[in-house]
Formats: sequence, structure tokens, C-alpha cells
Amino acid sequence: MLLEIRDLHVSVGETDILKGLNLTVNPGEVHAIMGPNGSGKSTLANVIAGRPEFTVVRGEVSYQGRDLMALLPEERAREGVFMAFQYPAELAGVRTWQFLKASVDAVRKHRGMKELSIREFDRLLDEKRRMVRIDADMVKRSVNEGYSGGEKKRNEVLQMAMLDPTLAVLDETDSGLDIDALRIVADGVNSFRSPSKAIVMVTHYQRILGYVSPDRVHVLLDGRIVRSGGRELALELEEKGYDWVRAEAA
Amino acid sequence: MVEQQVISRETGIEDTQYRWGFELDIKSDVSPRGLNEDIVRLISAKKREPEWMLEWRLKAYRHWLKLDSQGPQWANVEFQPIDYQDMIYYAAPSSQSDGPKSLDEVDPEILEGFNKLGIPLEEQKKLTGVAVDAVLDSVSVATTYQEMLKKAGVIFCSMSEAVQNHPDLVRKYIGSVVPYSDNFYATLNSAVFSDGSFCYVPPGVRCPIELMTYFRINELDTGQFERTLIIADEGSYVSYLEGCTAPMRKSHQLHAAVVELVALDGAEIKYSTLQNWYPGDKDGRGGVYNFVTKRGKAQGRGSKISWTQVETGSAITWKYPSVILQGDDSVGEFYSVALVNNRQQADTGTKMVHIGKNTRSTIIAKGISAGRGNNTYRGQVKMMPTAGGARNFTQCDSLLIGDECGAHTIPYIEVRNPTAQLEHEATTSKVSDDQLFYLQQRGLSLEESNYMIINGFCRGIFKELPFEFAAEASQLMRVSLEGTVG
Repeated sequence: MLLEIRDLHVSVGETDILKGLNLTVNPGEVHAIMGPNGSGKSTLANVIAGRPEFTVVRGEVSYQGRDLMALLPEERAREGVFMAFQYPAELAGVRTWQFLKASVDAVRKHRGMKELSIREFDRLLDEKRRMVRIDADMVKRSVNEGYSGGEKKRNEVLQMAMLDPTLAVLDETDSGLDIDALRIVADGVNSFRSPSKAIVMVTHYQRILGYVSPDRVHVLLDGRIVRSGGRELALELEEKGYDWVRAEAA
Repeated sequence: MVEQQVISRETGIEDTQYRWGFELDIKSDVSPRGLNEDIVRLISAKKREPEWMLEWRLKAYRHWLKLDSQGPQWANVEFQPIDYQDMIYYAAPSSQSDGPKSLDEVDPEILEGFNKLGIPLEEQKKLTGVAVDAVLDSVSVATTYQEMLKKAGVIFCSMSEAVQNHPDLVRKYIGSVVPYSDNFYATLNSAVFSDGSFCYVPPGVRCPIELMTYFRINELDTGQFERTLIIADEGSYVSYLEGCTAPMRKSHQLHAAVVELVALDGAEIKYSTLQNWYPGDKDGRGGVYNFVTKRGKAQGRGSKISWTQVETGSAITWKYPSVILQGDDSVGEFYSVALVNNRQQADTGTKMVHIGKNTRSTIIAKGISAGRGNNTYRGQVKMMPTAGGARNFTQCDSLLIGDECGAHTIPYIEVRNPTAQLEHEATTSKVSDDQLFYLQQRGLSLEESNYMIINGFCRGIFKELPFEFAAEASQLMRVSLEGTVG
């Protein structure tokens, strides 16, 4: 088991958002978390990554058998937990290249690997950025500053490829993408799939699932997973809408 | 930089942040406390100055007596009145009382001291390609690379030597950019300045190496009043750097310097400062009052003067490196990072005075406020009636760290020519939680994340610094903010 979430209750300020969520993810699996706006999908992604605004009221999250909630966000990242952000932050004056180098070095150092030389790093970066069609000029610009929506999302996938995590949580990485960009992002995600790694995709639409085939699909409603199934559940949802699950869950 | 722990001998304050706070154990020749005509005469006599120099000093001194004894009050800084009669106006290492000597004659204590500061004076262990004039308290103790500069025809020496050896140049240009009556501190400096650097680059010469002056205050209760004069003759180029540190003292030290730059036709002067005077302790005890007048005259057609400053030290910084754009098509630039932490106060900025046609100026000022620091950008852009087609671009950005600090932007704009154009942009931001979390999610610690954002904020300025100093500037920011972020 890579990730196990049991009875997770999370709030922001006075508002309860997750209300007893359970989820188990094994290595090699791709899970899709679907649900309407405000159901708690992004909260789940951010809690796994360790965003400080969220308070875990109750429940357990274990990652590789360790208590994930006891780790700082940067410790989780170094241990192989990656989140692709729905709204990646802009970092004025910080070059994408420099940012990626610092991140890769931090993660490698934690894993007892030596720092990459500039040449080795550039070789790796060239390979990975070609995969997500990011040109060499873009990595010289400030992180996410002046990037289009699609560029930001591709940049997130680039970071995932560079950092080589064990668990990747993608928070609506497919939203706002045109069909070409969606295919590029999906290709990036697919090439990341491996028997030792797992992906949790938080998404609104089943569209990306046509490119990245999930092993499990979960419907998140009002802070709880109310239904789980295979790929066919996504198609059923597409056809019948969330009201159908809501009615069944009630 | 070597990690070293410093315990101030006088205060017993243990300070791991200010690594330049040690005292050099050097015997000094100091003047009696207080200021009067005799002191001015004494300084002049020590320097064996010609009569005209003494007269100029005395004129300045007599003018100073007529000014409000507390100096200008308009700056957004607070401090107790300075007792000008309780200060020492001249201090020189005894071994140096006969003026600067060749390097092998310099007191080994002094060489060792500068080594500790990371400024090796022995030319063998030189900072690659940088000629250094080292100023300790009131006098220049050594100037490196003399031979190489001589070959290029560049004069780079202490002000005292220049008065002796190049009196015509000094007499022609001293006070031509900052007159002795300019302002309270500049007037005081004109009366009692003790040393500083002088540089003259002849026509058509591109100075082959970077020139640097390293200022160090060592003596207790001593004011430092150095005066620097740089003249770039027609079509020449020079890049000049200054660095400054002082020991930790619980009393304040006054530093009132004057820098004058003159660029003739087609000449370019690039002047960079890393200012790291002792900032005082967390509660605002001690620290240097840095009250400095810096001004350049882009006198010739197509001349250019560029100021870059990284101000991290001093208890109070009061300085406005300015450019008078007199020649047609001349260019003035001001790039600044001013950082305040703990109880530090800075009121700094620039003045761009456009006189010539098609003159252009650029101002990029970045202020970082942390702790209970207070940072003010004050800048003036003036377009005179003669400045047809003149242009200015100003950008002021403030970054706040924590919620007890302050940032202020005070622009003054005066346009008296209808064809002149100005642009002014200003932003204020905080390091956001979203940015920090983003970086942390990529494996960087909170502290690293903060520095990355702060360095990014300063990037546009750091890239204006000579290469070797950009890394030092970034290191300086980190040291100055230690314990504040993360």
C-alpha cells in the first residue's frame, strides 16, 4: 500500500470540508477523483501535499507506512509526494531553470544521491521539456510569470517528470486545456506511469480519462467518497450527471 | 564567506549575524574631540595641503556654522541629535601617519585585518582584476595595482595623494558636482574630509580592471568623512566599486561621505556599492549613521552615469545618488536594493535632473522591509525647460516581510518641458503563502523558499553588479535576514 487515508476530517477555519474520507492507493495504480464544485477534491489534494491552511481534525493518512501528516510539506516532497497545482504560483525574478535545479538538488540530496552537474541537469531537462513541448527559452523566464494557462499546466507536468516522485497528485491539471494541450499533458502523465508509482487525478470532467485510463474512479460528494468503481463509472457519470450519484447516496 | 562568531569587545554582544564586527588592534593617531577651525587646520596640515585646499575647507566650515546644527529634518528617519563637539574628526593608524606607502611597508596588522574582511591587499592574492584602495578610518592605507593602472594612464590613488600629485585636476573638479554649500552633511564633509579615493581616466581609455575602494571604520567615536572624486575624460570608461564595514559599537558612528562623478563627452562611469556598515543590534543600539551625498554630472554629450547600490547595513541610511544630465543625449541610471531589518531605517532614492536634450534616465528601486525596519524610497525627476525629448522611467517595488515593518514611496516629479515623457510604476507586495507553499512542495525548506523569492525580487538589480559582487550581494541579503524568515 502506498497511500492509505482513513476517516479523514478536514476543516478550514470553521468550515468542515472533508467529512470522513477513505481512500487506498497501491503502487502502479491510477485513481481518478471526480466530483462537483465544492465537494472537497482540491482540499484532498492540498491536504496530501501539506498546505498549512487546512486543519486535519480527525483521521489518518499513511504514506509508505508512515504518518504523512507529521511531515512538513518539503519533507513530503522529498519523500516523493508531488502535487501538480491547479493554480501554480508566479515567482517574479526566479528563473524556471534555477527553480527546477534547486528542487531537483533538494530532492536528490534527501535521497542520498549526489547533486547533478549543470551539464547532467541540462541533459535531463532537455529530454523532459521536449516531452511536454516546453521550449528552451521558457525555462529561462520567471516561473509561471506571463505563462498561458496551458503553459502553466505543462510546466507542472515538467516538474513532475524532473522530480520523479512516487505519488503524484494532479489537481485539475486537465482543466482549461485545449485538445492539443490536453493530449500533451496526458502523454506526460502516461509516460510517468510505472508499477512502482501511483497517480491520483483530481478532475472535473471525464475528458482526460479518455487519454489516461484510470484503474479506479471515485466520486467525491460533500466531503466523502460515495461511490467507487472502474473506468466505466466515469462514463456513467458523464451520461447521468452527479445528481444521479447524489440521489443514490441519499 | 567564512563562518565566524563575533563577540564585541566593548558591548559583550554576541552577534553571529554581523561577521565583520571585529576590531583591529592598531595604534592610532587621533585628533582631540570636537570641531573648530583649529581642527580643520590640523587635518589640512597633517595632509600637507596647499593653501587653496585649506581655504576651501575653511569656507565650508564657516558656512556649516551658519546652518541649523541638527541638519536636514525632512527625511523619514528618527534619531537622537548628534553632538558634533563630542566626535573625533581625524584618526589614522600611527604607522600610516606619513601617508600611504608601498604595500611591503604597510603595517602587517592592517594587512591581516583587511584579509579577515576578505579584501587581500597583497597583489599576489588579489581579487582577480580588481584594484583596491583601502581606507581605514580617516586615511587610505594602500592602493593596489598601481603599475598596471599607470601603464593604461589611469590615475587611481587616495585623495590625499591626488591633492599632492594632481592638484590641478583636484582643484578643477572638487566641489564642481557637490558644492561645499550643498547640504549640511556635505558641507561638514568639505570642511573635515580626511581621505577617500581619486580616479582620473584619460580620453579614450577603457580602464582595464575594476576599481574598488574598501572603507572601514575602526576607531571608537570617530566620524568617517571620506571624499571620492572620479573623472572620466572623453570617450573613456570606468567601473568602480565600494564596500564598507565597521566594528560593532554600542554608540552610533557617523559616516558622512561625498562622492562626485564627472563624465565628459561619450564617457561612462559605472559606480556600484555594497553598503554593509554595522546596522546596530536588534533593539537599535549602535550602528552607523550613513548620511552620504553622491552625485554624478553627465556633463558631456552622450555621456552615461550608472549607480547601482545594495544597501543592507547602517542603522540609518540617508542617501540619494543622483545624476545631473547636462550633456545632450546623456544617460543616467539608478538601480537600488535597500534592505532594512530589526530597527534599521532607510530613506534613500535618487535625483535625476534632465537639462540636455534627449536625455534618458532609468530608476529601478527595490525596498525590502523586515523586522521593525522602516524603508522609504524618495526620488526626484526634474525635466528642465531645455530638456526637449527627455525621458524617464521609474519603477519602485517594495517587499514586506512580517507585519511590523514599513515601506513608503515618495516620488517628486517636476516637468517643465512639454516634450518630456515620464513613466512611474510602483508595487508593494508580501511574500505570499501561495508562493512559499509552492516552493516547499518542490522540496525547498521554508527558509530557502523565502530567499529564493527575495533573490528573485532583487534579480533586476543584482544583474547590474559586476559578476563577482552579484554573488556577494545575494549572500549579504541572506546574512542580513538571518532569523527573520523561515
